Amino acid sequence: MDLQTLTFLFVGATFALYIGIAFWARAGSTKEFYVAGGGVHPVANGMATAADWMSAASFISMAGLIAFYGYGGSVFLMGWTGGYVLLAMLLAPYLRKHGAFTVPEFISDRYYSKTARVVAVICLIIASVTYVIGQMKGIGVAFSRFLEVDYETGLVSGMVIVAFYAVMGGMKGITYTQIAQYVIMIIAYTIPAIFISFMLTGNPIPQLGLGSAMADGTYLLDKLDQVVTQLGFAEYTTQARLSATNMFVYTLSLMIGTAGLPHVIMRFFTVSSVKAARESAGWALVFIALLYTTAPAVAAMARLNLMTTIDQPTAEQNLAYADRPSWFKNWETTGLLKFEDKNNDGLISYTGDKKTNEMVKVDRDIMVLANPEIAGLPNWVIAIVAAGGLAAALSTAAGLLLAIASSISHDLLKGVWRPNITEKEELRYSRISMIGAILIAGYYGFNPPDFAAGTVALAFGLAASSIFPALMMGIFSKKMNKEGAIAGMLSGIGVTLIYVFYHKGIMFMSGTIFWEISPNWFLGIEPNAFGAIGAVVNFAVAFFVMSRTAKVPAEVEQMVENIRVPASN
Amino acid sequence: MADNNNSYWKANIALIVKCLSIWFVVSYLFGIVLVDVLNTVKMGGYKLGFWFAQQGSIYTFVILVFYYAKSMGKIDKEFGVDEK
Repeated sequence: MDLQTLTFLFVGATFALYIGIAFWARAGSTKEFYVAGGGVHPVANGMATAADWMSAASFISMAGLIAFYGYGGSVFLMGWTGGYVLLAMLLAPYLRKHGAFTVPEFISDRYYSKTARVVAVICLIIASVTYVIGQMKGIGVAFSRFLEVDYETGLVSGMVIVAFYAVMGGMKGITYTQIAQYVIMIIAYTIPAIFISFMLTGNPIPQLGLGSAMADGTYLLDKLDQVVTQLGFAEYTTQARLSATNMFVYTLSLMIGTAGLPHVIMRFFTVSSVKAARESAGWALVFIALLYTTAPAVAAMARLNLMTTIDQPTAEQNLAYADRPSWFKNWETTGLLKFEDKNNDGLISYTGDKKTNEMVKVDRDIMVLANPEIAGLPNWVIAIVAAGGLAAALSTAAGLLLAIASSISHDLLKGVWRPNITEKEELRYSRISMIGAILIAGYYGFNPPDFAAGTVALAFGLAASSIFPALMMGIFSKKMNKEGAIAGMLSGIGVTLIYVFYHKGIMFMSGTIFWEISPNWFLGIEPNAFGAIGAVVNFAVAFFVMSRTAKVPAEVEQMVENIRVPASN
Repeated sequence: MADNNNSYWKANIALIVKCLSIWFVVSYLFGIVLVDVLNTVKMGGYKLGFWFAQQGSIYTFVILVFYYAKSMGKIDKEFGVDEK
C-alpha cells in the first residue's frame, strides 16, 4: 500500500476511536464536563495528564528544536519535566484538598475577592490562548504533510477538526480519549526511535543508543559533533542557548510555568483524594519521561541522518537536487522546506555559512515527522507518526480550550456576572467561548510568532509570572492578602508581556514595536525565558503591597490551615 | 489540634526543602552551571554534563516525586491526618 493510503487509514482509525470514546463518555452535567465527576484513578489520570501535557510542541516541535540547538535544547527537556516536581510538592495536593473546579475559583476563595478572580481569569486566558496558538502551528504542519497540501490549507482543516472534537466532549470525554491518545502518541514516538537507534548503533533502546558507538566504533555523539562542526555549525553537545544565565532562567521559567498552567492543574481536581493527587503527579511524570528521554535520541539521530543524507565527505559528492528523495519533495509542497541553487551546480550544499548554504528553509517543526522518512523506515511507521502527531496536537488543544471555556463560563459568567444562569446555559456559553478561542488562535496560526515549541514557551512564561506565584503564596503564606495577590499577578504578567511585545511586536504583530531596544537587553535573556523574572517581580510586588494593606480575615487563615492537611481533624 | 497541624506542616516543609535541593542540584547545577566541568568526564558516549541535562535530571525528577508521595503518606499517618 502506498504511504498516502496508509496514513489515511491510520489517522482515520485513530480518529474514529477518539470520537467513539468521546461520544460514549460525553458529559451530562457540569461536574462531569469540568472535572469528569471527580473519580479518576491516579494512573489513568496520570496518563491523561501526560497526553494533555504533551502537545504538538513536545511531539512535533521539541526534538526538531533540540536537533538544531543541541545542548541548548536541554532547557525544554528539564523545564517541561522539572515543573512536575514543583506541582507535586507545592500545589496539586492542597488545591485538590480545597476542591474547587477551576483555578480562578480557588483564587477567588483564597483571596476573598471577585476582582482577584477576574484578574486570574484574564491571566489564564492570555496564557492559554498563547499556548493554543503554538498548537495551531503544530496542527498546521501535521495536517499539511498528512493531506499533502500547503501549510495554510492544512491549518484550516485542523481547526475544523479541533473545534468539532473539543466542543462535543468536555472533561469526561477528554479524560478517556486522552488515555487512548497517550497510547497512540507514545507508540508513534518510540517505534521510529527504536528502529533508527538500532540501525545507527545496534542498540534498540534510544536512551542508551544515544550514548553508544556506531558501526565504525566512534560514539554517535562524537560523530555528530564532528559532522556538524566540519560544515560550520556549532558543536552539538556543547552549544549553549545564548548563555548559561539565559538557559538557567529559561529552564526556571518553563518549570514554574508548568506548575502554573491551568489545564494541567485542573487535572488534579479530577482525582479522588489528596494522596491520589500526589501519586498522580508521579505517574504523569513517568509517562511524560518516557517520551522526554527518547526525544534527545530522536533529535541527535535525526540531525545526523539529515546531514549525512545531503552532505558527503567532499562537496562534489553532495546529493544532486534532481535525485532528491520523495520526503524532500513532499515537504517542499508544504512550503516548509526550501532549496535554492546558489552556485548553480545542481548539487545540494547544506552548511552553517549563510552565504553558501542552499537549504534556505528547514522549518524545525518538520523534523520529527520527516525523521522516519529520512531514515528510510517502512511506510506504516511513517503513517503511525502522522497519527501520533495529530493525537498530540488534538489532545492538548482540547484540554486548553476546556480550560479557557470553563474560565469564561464558570468563573466570569456564573461566578461574577450572572450567578443565576442554569447549568444548561453555562454549558452552552462554554462551548461558544471554545469556538471563539479557536478562531483567535487560528488567526495567529497563519502568522505564528515562533516555532510551535517557542510559542508554547511564551505561554509558560505568562503562566509562570502570574498564576504560579498567586497559588503558591495562597498556600504557603497565611498572611498574603487580596491586595498583594492582585497587584502581584498584574505586575508579573505585565512586565512579561511588555518584554515579549518589545521583541515580537504588540499582540505578536510585527512592525508594531514601540521603541528600539537591543534584543535580549535584560541580562541577555530572550523573551521566551522571561517568565521567571516576571514571577520574581510578582512575588516582590505582592509582599510589598501586603505589608502596607489590611490584614487577611481570620476565616481565610483558617481556610489555609485546612487545605494544608489532607483530612480535617 | 493546631499544634499537631503546625508540626505536620513543618515536617512537610522540611521534606519539600530536601527534595527541591536535589531537584536544583541535578538540573540547574549539573545540567547548566557546572556543565563544562562535568563534560570533562565521559560516561560511554555521553559527556556527563550533557547527560544530566538531557537524561539524568529527568530520571531524578521521577524518583523525587514518588519519594515525596510515599514519604508524605507516612507523615500523614504519623500525625493522624491521613484520609480515612
